[in-house]
Amino acid sequence: PAMTFPAAPMSRALTAARQHANVLRMVSSRAATNWASVPMGPADPILGLTQAFNEDTHPKKMSLGVGAYRDGTGKPYVLDSVRKAEADIVSAGLNKEYLGIIGLPDFISASVRLMLGDNNPVLGQKRLAAVQTLSGTGGCRLVGEFYSRFLGTGTALYLPNPSWANHKNIFRDAGLSVKQYRYWDASTCGLDLDGMLADIADMPAGSVVLLHACAHNPTGVDPTVEQWEAISKACKARGDLHLFFDAAYQGFASGDPERDAGAVRMFIEDGHPIALCQSFAKNFGLYGERVGCLSMVCTDDEEAKRVESQLKVLIRPMYSNPPVHGARLVSKILKDQELNKQWRAECKGMADRIITMRTKLRGELERLGSSRSWAHVTDQIGMFCYSGLTEEQVLALRKDYHIYITNDGRISMAGVSDDNVDYLASSIVAVAG
Amino acid sequence: AARPSTARRHPPCSLGVRTAPHRRLRAQPRLPRPMLLHGLLVAAATGVGSVRADPTCKSAAAAPAKRPSPWAEVPMGKPDAILGLNQAFNDDPSPSKMNLGVGAYRDAEGKPRVLEVVRTAEKILAEKKLNKEYAPIGGLPDFVDRAVKLMLGTDAAPVAEGRVAAVQTISGTGACRVAAELYSRVLGKGTRVYVPSPTWANHHALLAAAGLEVHPYRYWSPETLGLDLEGMLADLRGAPEGSVVLLHACAHNPTGVDPTAEQWVAIAEALEDSSLHAFFDAAYQGFASGDPERDAHAVRLFAARGHRLVLAQSFAKNFGLYGERAGCLSVVCQDPEERARVLSALSLVIRPMYSSPPIHGARIVSTILGDEELTQAWREECRSMADRIISMRARLRGAIEARLASTPREGESWAHVTDQIGMFCFSGMTPSEVARIREEHHVYITGDGRVSMAGVTEGNVEALADAIVEVTSHRAAEAA
Repeated sequence: PAMTFPAAPMSRALTAARQHANVLRMVSSRAATNWASVPMGPADPILGLTQAFNEDTHPKKMSLGVGAYRDGTGKPYVLDSVRKAEADIVSAGLNKEYLGIIGLPDFISASVRLMLGDNNPVLGQKRLAAVQTLSGTGGCRLVGEFYSRFLGTGTALYLPNPSWANHKNIFRDAGLSVKQYRYWDASTCGLDLDGMLADIADMPAGSVVLLHACAHNPTGVDPTVEQWEAISKACKARGDLHLFFDAAYQGFASGDPERDAGAVRMFIEDGHPIALCQSFAKNFGLYGERVGCLSMVCTDDEEAKRVESQLKVLIRPMYSNPPVHGARLVSKILKDQELNKQWRAECKGMADRIITMRTKLRGELERLGSSRSWAHVTDQIGMFCYSGLTEEQVLALRKDYHIYITNDGRISMAGVSDDNVDYLASSIVAVAG
Repeated sequence: AARPSTARRHPPCSLGVRTAPHRRLRAQPRLPRPMLLHGLLVAAATGVGSVRADPTCKSAAAAPAKRPSPWAEVPMGKPDAILGLNQAFNDDPSPSKMNLGVGAYRDAEGKPRVLEVVRTAEKILAEKKLNKEYAPIGGLPDFVDRAVKLMLGTDAAPVAEGRVAAVQTISGTGACRVAAELYSRVLGKGTRVYVPSPTWANHHALLAAAGLEVHPYRYWSPETLGLDLEGMLADLRGAPEGSVVLLHACAHNPTGVDPTAEQWVAIAEALEDSSLHAFFDAAYQGFASGDPERDAHAVRLFAARGHRLVLAQSFAKNFGLYGERAGCLSVVCQDPEERARVLSALSLVIRPMYSSPPIHGARIVSTILGDEELTQAWREECRSMADRIISMRARLRGAIEARLASTPREGESWAHVTDQIGMFCFSGMTPSEVARIREEHHVYITGDGRVSMAGVTEGNVEALADAIVEVTSHRAAEAA
């Protein structure tokens, strides 16, 4: 019969001798060198930077790498509406059962309504396949896996040049062939619309095109309404491209979530069957809770059901089902009138503080008599200033001034405050003139 | 200024999308005219204008034929065997229905249970008013440290020597998937992973998704309803060098059959002799025997014997944190230098998958394991869950045997109900018996006959025994 509890242990000496002999066997066997061939990989360009910052002891050091909001005193900020929602949830004594594979249904519906609008016909027609995801990264990876499976591995996915550093890794790991379309025009510090439209016209049939819904990361340059219309037209004329919006900053760009939803809503209205990845890391300050939502506009409700079922097939062997806590917070806030209002005000507060810091930084740079133009500091939108600093200048900023920005010259304005904006400006002028 | 007629038009309303261009325009700032013209010129240059040239929107005829949706051929996915069962249970209107499918603990009233110590930890955390910043890619360091020590032991050589590369993961599934991806990258795609027959269904899917080649090794013996050690060892000794062997650390899912200490030694030797990589999945530490130290026996044995083992830990069941997704993946390395490289490799898997893990569940576990009193309270609650299951096993076996006493079936034994360990009873019921017990008795168990004992209570154990005896009654007739 199968005894299932450990039997009495052998004598200590015998056990030890046998174990010693076995350790020697193991050490000499080839199995002991599983990991010998593993190379040291590069530090993550963004998260590795925070590591370096943490280890720096300089009193004036500034962490302007990772896009995490800081309040006016440079501290991480947990929204009051989040604290309230959390207190309610903890006191409600809810259980911690598994969510279904797709996640928390109330969260999903609140999330898609936030971006699409309550009355979007797509919702009434039930043509949206939607699942909760592990924040924005998880949503991107999931849709990448979906594209890989149903469009074929090696399908081209076009990122704007430049894009968030992690995008290319996500889609490469999902099995797609990552390419770029022209986006940033260094000579104007603005959008290269001509180049973008030309590249869209040239893409192979069946390519995926990733668009930043608002507050482009890292450039902060968003198309205008008319430019979005031109992009929509160009994609419509193709008719054979798959459009995918990455929305990590709704509410954070202009301060108004409705306004920031403009491009997504336009494209849906124009009839594009888009995919949409939403992150609640920044706009709800829920970074570490990993809250996100992936949705896909389908032809009809039957197709939406099939697509959703396949998203489940992809999720289950990756992490089974998503974390419940953060989704409960977002759901509670969006569905409660008072908390919803409070959240919008706090979100606007964050966006406004960043806009104020942009103004101050630009003002100080100009006051110091910098030889360069810094109009883009206030022209750009969202959390980041794409400064135009070279990699050499970035490294000097780090080494000599203990200011940490990513190698592409992207400054997280969220980390700038009244206390340090002058030091930032003078340091920039020192390295860049 | 009037908008030119070649401005955005809307396709024929086959998609039922209503348009309201004026509403949108009012909400947005207008661009100066030169920009508009520029946009139009570009649109014309790219050939878009030709489609839009017809201002009366009779462009249906001129427009390219509506392409079929790219998802037209996407089939309906197979519903998950275990989680799909939950859905079916929820939809069942029968008042006497029993959900014995998914392995989630239920208390004596059949209700989900959040551990008291977890509620305490949550209150402590709420008072601290911690921020919600991103965890590092590898998760919360305190959590990882405590998780590893819980299984390996504080004094184990790999721990003491700082050569365990460990990361926080999305519960057990996430740990297994990241491990599989690591194996795939380091040992190569197509590397063989040997899994017990049977194993948790999701193992097959996640290992295959990572590009590994899944092979079974004999494990469950339908004849003895116990471990087929001979078959297992033969299959392991026949595995190519460098293959990976998935082992359930304790409370094998779905069979509840665990090797004895002696048998574990024989298994370790087989892996050593064939140079195979040990990969432990530990979802039930503390839940199997009620004692976390005892349940760590196999992992600690292998670690002591020098295996560079990989360990996936879940805190879903033993801490009742299911939906919070708290887990940990450990890789035993040669030395701290190798550990650093392996951590880096793990980061490269994780960052493009979900960037960093969720903080809430990990903070709860860390709070508990970081405090002696809370840890003690946890051990007691964990033991009480294991004990309730053990007592329900005895109740169920007794109830079945009582019913069979009057109509005995020769050769049929229900001893496995108490011999097996952990959350599940691998009942030995056939697929048709499983279907019947669902349809006629509204008892939901998975197709392999796996019964989640965690869902059995004083309130339903008699009815369950009735149902089991009834659907298996054909066996006596067939045997005769």
